[in-house]
Amino acid sequence: MSALSLRGITKAFAGNQILDGVSLDIAAGEFIALVGPSGCGKSTLLRVLAGLDHADRGEILIGGRDMSGVAAADRNIAMVFQSYALYPHLTASENIAVPLAMRRLSRMQRLPFIGSLMPGQRATRVKIARDVREMATSLKIDHLLDRKPGQMSGGQRQRVALARAMVRQPNIFLMDEPLSNLDANLRVHARGEIVDLHRRAGVPTLYVTHDQAEALSMADRVAVMMGGKLLQIASPEVIYDDPAHIEVARFIGQPRINLLPAFAEGGVILCGGLRLMLDNAPDRKMPVTIAIRPEFVFLSRSRHDGLAARIERVEFLGSEVILHCRLEAISETIIAKVQPSEAAGLAAGDAVGLRLSPGRTLIFAEDGSRLAGSVATGDAGLTAGDAGLGSADAGLGSADAGLGSADAGLMAGHSQWERAHG
Amino acid sequence: MASVVSMAAPHDSAAAHRRSEAQIAWMLVLPAMILLFLFVLLPVASVIVLGFTDFELGFGKFRFVGFENYAHLITDRTFRKSLWNTTVYTAIVAPVSILLGLGIAMLIESETAARSFFRTAYFLPVASLIVAMATVWQYMFHPTIGPINALLALVGLPGPNWLGSSGTVLYSLSIIGVWQSAGFNMVLFLAGLTAIPRELYAAAEVDGARSSFDRFLLVTWPMLGPTTLFVITISITNAVKVFETVKTLTDGGPNKASEVLLFTIYQEGFVYLRVGYASAMTVVFLLILVVLMFLQYRVLDRRVHYT
Amino acid sequence: MMTSAFSLGRIIRLTLLSLGAIVFLSPYAFMISTAGKAQSDIFTSSLSLIPAHLTYVENFAKALSRVPMARLLWNGVVVCGLIFFFQVLVAIPCAYAMAKLRFGAARAMMVLVMLGLLVPIHATALPLYVAFDRASLLNSYAALVAPFTISVFAIFMFLQFFRAMPDDLIHAARLDGMSEIGIVARVIVPNAWPAVTAFAIFSVVAHWNDLYWPLIVISKQDYATPPLGLMYFRAAEAGDDYGALMAATLMITLPLVAAFLLAQKRFVEGITMTGLKG
Repeated sequence: MSALSLRGITKAFAGNQILDGVSLDIAAGEFIALVGPSGCGKSTLLRVLAGLDHADRGEILIGGRDMSGVAAADRNIAMVFQSYALYPHLTASENIAVPLAMRRLSRMQRLPFIGSLMPGQRATRVKIARDVREMATSLKIDHLLDRKPGQMSGGQRQRVALARAMVRQPNIFLMDEPLSNLDANLRVHARGEIVDLHRRAGVPTLYVTHDQAEALSMADRVAVMMGGKLLQIASPEVIYDDPAHIEVARFIGQPRINLLPAFAEGGVILCGGLRLMLDNAPDRKMPVTIAIRPEFVFLSRSRHDGLAARIERVEFLGSEVILHCRLEAISETIIAKVQPSEAAGLAAGDAVGLRLSPGRTLIFAEDGSRLAGSVATGDAGLTAGDAGLGSADAGLGSADAGLGSADAGLMAGHSQWERAHG
Repeated sequence: MASVVSMAAPHDSAAAHRRSEAQIAWMLVLPAMILLFLFVLLPVASVIVLGFTDFELGFGKFRFVGFENYAHLITDRTFRKSLWNTTVYTAIVAPVSILLGLGIAMLIESETAARSFFRTAYFLPVASLIVAMATVWQYMFHPTIGPINALLALVGLPGPNWLGSSGTVLYSLSIIGVWQSAGFNMVLFLAGLTAIPRELYAAAEVDGARSSFDRFLLVTWPMLGPTTLFVITISITNAVKVFETVKTLTDGGPNKASEVLLFTIYQEGFVYLRVGYASAMTVVFLLILVVLMFLQYRVLDRRVHYT
Repeated sequence: MMTSAFSLGRIIRLTLLSLGAIVFLSPYAFMISTAGKAQSDIFTSSLSLIPAHLTYVENFAKALSRVPMARLLWNGVVVCGLIFFFQVLVAIPCAYAMAKLRFGAARAMMVLVMLGLLVPIHATALPLYVAFDRASLLNSYAALVAPFTISVFAIFMFLQFFRAMPDDLIHAARLDGMSEIGIVARVIVPNAWPAVTAFAIFSVVAHWNDLYWPLIVISKQDYATPPLGLMYFRAAEAGDDYGALMAATLMITLPLVAAFLLAQKRFVEGITMTGLKG
C-alpha cells in the first residue's frame, strides 16, 4: 500500500483547467520532486492534497484512507511554505509548538488568560516544550528559540519552518518551493540538509520546485507537470535520458536540449541536409522534432564534417565551454557543450561541423509524444548508407573516408528536403 | 541654485556640498517652519499664557491672576458636568464603534459578493456632512413624528424623548457618534485584514486550527495589532473632540445634559467672550489629549510591533 | 478562504451585513423620503417611505429660497481648494528636505511635527480668533484658510512616503544637473501623486465638514461654508417644516456624497493609506 495515492485529480477555475486528471503514488519513505514551470498547477496540487483546496473530481488516499471530507487539520500532513508562513508575533519555540499545542491542548486550555487556569495544561505544556527543544537541537536552531521571525535570517527562518513541520511526525511532508527565497549559495547547501533530514525522518515527501536542477539532484523520483497534466514520473536518470514528452525534454537539463525540426520518411530522418539513420524512425511521411542534449553534439573543425554551422557565441565556463552555433542549412541555433581543450582557439564567426550522436538523438512527433522505445545507451554503430554521420567516439577516420559520398548524399538529401519543405 | 562642486580639494568640496545642501534644506523647510510657529506654537503658547489671565474680549485691560482660573474650574459645575459627559460619550462611542468596525470588516472580508456595496453603505456616513446628517437624525429621533418612535410604537414600546430628555440625550448623541465613525474604523480594519498574508491562514489550518475562532486567535487578532492600536487612538481622540452634533442639535441641553468639553470651551470663549477662562479650559483639554496619546503608545505600542 | 455557494455561515453573514446596511442607510432613506412630503404627511405617517403627495418641488423651492446653495458651494470649493493647495505647497518641500537632505534642524523639525499632530484647531482657536479680530480679518477667506495652511499631518504623511522612495531617483536627477528646487518640482511631485491624492481626500473631507472654525470667524452669510449655511437655515427656519429642512439637508449633502460615490475607490484608498502610515 503506498503512503499517498492521487487518482484523477481534476480542477478547473474560471475557464482554466488547472489540474487535469493527475494521478500519482508515493511509496513509503520516498522523496518525490514535483517540477514544472510557474502556473503549471503544482502548487494547487499541493494545496488540494493538504486539504486547503478542493478538487472537482478525483480521490486522495493517505495511508490507504480516503481523505474526502477530511479537514486539513485532521490529515496529519505537514507543509513548509515558500514564504515559511511563520507567525510573526511568536518566538521560534512558540512557532514550533503550535501544531503540538493545537493537538494536545483543548480549546479552553489554549485561551489566552483563562487557559493558564485550566487543570492539566501545565504538564502538557512542559512536554510540548521538551519536544520543541529536542527538535530544535536536531536542526541546530536551539540558540534561536527565543527570537521572533523578524530577528532571523532567511536560512534560520527556513529551519524553524522545517522544525514546525517535523515536530509532530506527520504522515506526509509537503514542501512548496521552500528554498526559492534563499540566495544561491545557501540554496545548494540547504538542498543537502533537506535530503539528509528526509533520510533520517523517513517520511514520504512531495517537494515542489520550479528549479529542475534541484529536482534532479534531490529526488528519488521526479514528476514533471505542465499545463495541469502530469507528463512523466520516473527516476532522475530516466527523466533526463528518456523523456516521454518533448516538454519534459525541454524543461529538464541545463543548458537546454537542442530541438531541431526534421522530416521522417521511410525510416529515415532528414534534417538540415543530413540523412540520419536512427532506430525506430517512422516509415510514414511526417514532420518530427529531433532532440539532442548539448553534451552529445560533437565538434569538428571542418564544416563539411556533419552539419555545417557557424559559431555565434563562445561561453567559457571554466570546466566546460558552451558553443552557440547557427546551422547554415536550416537556420536554427544549436548548442554544443565541449571540453575547453576542444574549443581552444575558436571564436565567433568560425565555421565548424557538428555531429549528433545517433544513439542519443530523440525523436518526437508533432503532438510532442516520444516516438519509439528506450534510448540506446552508448552509441550504436551506423548502418551502411548512412551519409555524413560517423560513429561518435570512433575517430574521424571513417567519416573522412566517406566524405566524397557524404557530399553527394548531402546534396541529394538537401534537395529532397528542399522539395519537401517548398 | 545648483550647487556647483569644484574639483579642487576633495575635502573642501565635500564640506561645501554639505553646506549648500543644508542651506537648500533650510529654504525648503522655512515656509513650514514659519507657519508652524505662527499658527501652532505661538497660539499654544498664547493659550497657556492667557490661561493665567482674566482676559475678556471687548475689555481693554486684563491682569494676571495666576492659577485662579484653574481653581475656579475645579469648582465650576458646568465644567465638571462637561468633563463627565465627554467621558461617558467617549466610553460608549469609542469601544462600540471599534468593535462594530472590526465586526463589519471581518464579515465583509470573508464575503465575496457585493463587497463594494456593503463597504459603501457603511462608509457613507463618514463621507457625509455631519451637520446635515445630524439634522436628519433630529428628525428620526423626533418623539412624535420621528420614525424611530413610530417603529417602537409598532412593537408596543414607548419611545423616549431622545434628544429632549436629559436622561437619554447623551445616549442619542452616542448613537449618532457610532453611526458616524464605525465606517471609518471598518475601512482601517479592512486594510489591516487584507494585509495579512494568506499563507499564514493556510499554515494555521495545516497546524491544526480547525475552526474560524482558532484561526482568529492564532493569526487575525495578533496580526491586526498595529491597526487596532491606530484605530483605538483615532477613535478615542475623535470622540473626545465631539462638537458638531451638540452644537447642531442640543446646544448642550437639556440642562447641560449634553454639555461636552469643546462646546463648553466654545461657549466660554466665543459666546461669553471670557477668553482667559476659556484658555484655561483649553489647556486642560490639550492635556487630556496628550495624556491619552501618551498612555496609548506607552501601553500598547510595545506589544504590537513585531520587527 | 473558501466559500461554498450558500452554506449556513454565509447566509448568516449576508443577513447580518444586509440588516446592518439597512440600519446604516436608513437616515438617507428617510431624508430623501421626507424631503418630498408635505407637512400633513410628515405629521401622520412617519414610517412610510413613499410620500402621499409628492411635494419635492415645493420643499426644494422653499429650501433654495432660504439657502444660497450656489454661494455655499462656491465658498466650500474655494476654501477647501485654497487650503489644500497651500497645504501641499508647504508640506512637500518640507517633507522632502526632512526625508532626503541632511541639515541641522532635521531632528528638531521632526519633534515639532510630532507635537503638532497633538494640537487640533480647537486648541489654538482662541488666540487666533483674537488675532484675526484685531487685524480686522474676520469674515474673509483669509481667516477661513490661513490657520490650516500648515498641516503637520500632510508633512507626516509625505515624509513617510518620501522615505520609502528610492534615493537613486534623486541621485540620477542630481547627476543630470537639476537644482534641488527642480528636483522637487520635476521628480518628487509627479512621483508623489498617490500620496497627494490620498491626502487630498482626507483634507477636503475634513475641511468641508468643519463647523468649529467657520462658526467662530464667520458671521456673514456671504462667506458661509456648507455646514455653516445649514446652521443659518436651521436658525431661520422655525424648526417645524421638516420637509423643507430635509430638502435643504439633501441639497447640501449631495455634492460630497456624489463625489464619494463616483470616486469611492480613491476615498477608501486614501483613508487606508493614512491608516497604514499611521
